[in-house]
Amino acid sequence: MSKVVTKFTRTVPHWQPRVTPVDLAEATQEQLDALKVTPSNTKVSDYVLTLAHDVESLKVRSPLFNAIMYDKGGMSRAERELGALGASMVNHCIYCAAVHAMRHAQLEKSTEVTDNLFRDGAKADLGPRDRSIFDFAVALSETPSQAGPEHMEALKAAGLDEAEILDLILSASLFGWANRLMHVLGDPVRLAEPAK
Amino acid sequence: MALETTALRAAWLEPGTPTAAAVEGRATIFEMTQAAEEAVLRPQDAGPWSHALRAALAARIARLNDETALAERYAEGAGEYAALADPAQDGTAHGLAAVTGFMDKVAAKTREVGAEDIAGLQAAGVADADIVRLAELNAFLAYQLRVVAGLRLMQGTGA
Repeated sequence: MSKVVTKFTRTVPHWQPRVTPVDLAEATQEQLDALKVTPSNTKVSDYVLTLAHDVESLKVRSPLFNAIMYDKGGMSRAERELGALGASMVNHCIYCAAVHAMRHAQLEKSTEVTDNLFRDGAKADLGPRDRSIFDFAVALSETPSQAGPEHMEALKAAGLDEAEILDLILSASLFGWANRLMHVLGDPVRLAEPAK
Repeated sequence: MALETTALRAAWLEPGTPTAAAVEGRATIFEMTQAAEEAVLRPQDAGPWSHALRAALAARIARLNDETALAERYAEGAGEYAALADPAQDGTAHGLAAVTGFMDKVAAKTREVGAEDIAGLQAAGVADADIVRLAELNAFLAYQLRVVAGLRLMQGTGA
């Protein structure tokens, strides 16, 4: 038996699809190409196998995801993770929130920010720069029109430049996308410990 | 400017501004964003969701997010499904009540989506691959609508 995880955590759950993923043995050549399956690389997650049902989207999504989160310059990787986390907390995507809180903690070598956010929610005690980043990501994620000039002013007052603000817009928006796949198409679960 | 994409047009990006300079620095991301729009709105293998229906659903989701300019642009391709671009239509007239109900919830009440919503589509006869197609269309639009809103705010032209 597996148990669905309903609370935010940095301990990344297992993702269990609500639809049947593509069966690798029956995958088309186009799906195998998009999955980058080769004789020496046959390990593909259930999540990616689920997305392989829409192979045209999968092909363009992965490089776009990597560019927004990892391309050089602009906003730091940890702050992009904070943008992703803000979106994931709004959309209650437990899986995405876990992955990106964990990455934030690794990059910052500190769990303080994500401990505070998971314990106290959106009102958590954050430094002014993290506060402006998190608040903007939350507002944009709720409904785009909730983000307003006051959020933009707060980002600038906290010292973010144009390139950093653009990267924040992209990372928070990207998780509007990722959350609607992860949270919609599957459940975050803890697999039962094997019997001893 | 060299970049011609739906997101940048919808954001009324002005050349020569600091925002445009930041966008130039992320040009590949905007090119890939446009490729992603092609993949969800005009895929070669559309499955049961025609390009016209996808355009109508995109316009509907844009309207649910108060994004009327982009909604009008998407609705141009909606053809026989044009009425579905109006969120007040529940899809029954097109035999698509389950699909439009699902799309509305994923777009605007994401956190409330649960296993029962996927089960509901399956019960309505929607194949798993076609559920993934709907989710991808919805998810991409959530992203693009937010990028557009963010770019407008950066330029001080937010609604």
